[in-house]
Amino acid sequence: MATLFFSYFSGVIVLASILVVALRNPVHSALALLIMFFHVAGLYITLHAEFLAAVQIIVYAGAILVLYLFVVMLLNVKRDEHYHAQYPLGAVLGVTILTEALLLIVQHSFSKETATADLGATDGKQVLEGNTETIGEALYSTYLFSFEVASLILLVAMIGAIILAKRDLFEARN
Amino acid sequence: MVPLSYYVILSAIVFTTGLVGVLIRRNIIIILLSIELMLNATNINFVAFSRYLGNVSGQVFVFFTLTVAAAEVAVGLAIIIALYRSKSSINVDEFQLLKW
Repeated sequence: MATLFFSYFSGVIVLASILVVALRNPVHSALALLIMFFHVAGLYITLHAEFLAAVQIIVYAGAILVLYLFVVMLLNVKRDEHYHAQYPLGAVLGVTILTEALLLIVQHSFSKETATADLGATDGKQVLEGNTETIGEALYSTYLFSFEVASLILLVAMIGAIILAKRDLFEARN
Repeated sequence: MVPLSYYVILSAIVFTTGLVGVLIRRNIIIILLSIELMLNATNINFVAFSRYLGNVSGQVFVFFTLTVAAAEVAVGLAIIIALYRSKSSINVDEFQLLKW
């Protein structure tokens, strides 16, 4: 059952991510990315990360992608008919890295009978009981400083976005 | 239970797709979308390892990655709007002031 869900979600994720890169129209690419986000959220649910699945849908699909669609429609971009001139380089690099990664993984999973035997020692005890509470406890105790830094990043991004996108922020005074 | 290496393979495929997208597309918006693909590939890895190791730190890291992705999108789209205002185009070939 778990394998069935995994193969469905991973198949759609791979297909949608290829469509994001391949489709000519930016709006279609953004919608393919939306499908990919929803299926990544489904994959998180099968991994017992329910809080992250909800956050994935709310933040990625609800906020980030809407921002993308707003900009695509604001700029009124045309379909681009050709890929970049360096696409042979991209293809070579992509195929090389993919083959390397797959070779490493296949070698590893065939050299040991059970690839996860050395990893599955704790059997996910901590993650299973009360996902949101566990994340909250870790976030506000162990990672408190990182949490504050993240809020600073968001503040800087907000100020930077306003300054970059506003037209006559400094000229208007003169 | 699905083996951990399957998640790593899925993550590698999605990451490589994003990398190829950054290299072969000329539309800046699609390039940013491809960066989102790469960030999501790392997130899948983090959550899978967090599940298999029974440690919640991986999910906290995904939370921070989400924050950085949101900041990156806000600033990136603002830069795209500023670029479009100066050149009336979002084709990366038009912007070569810093190339040698």
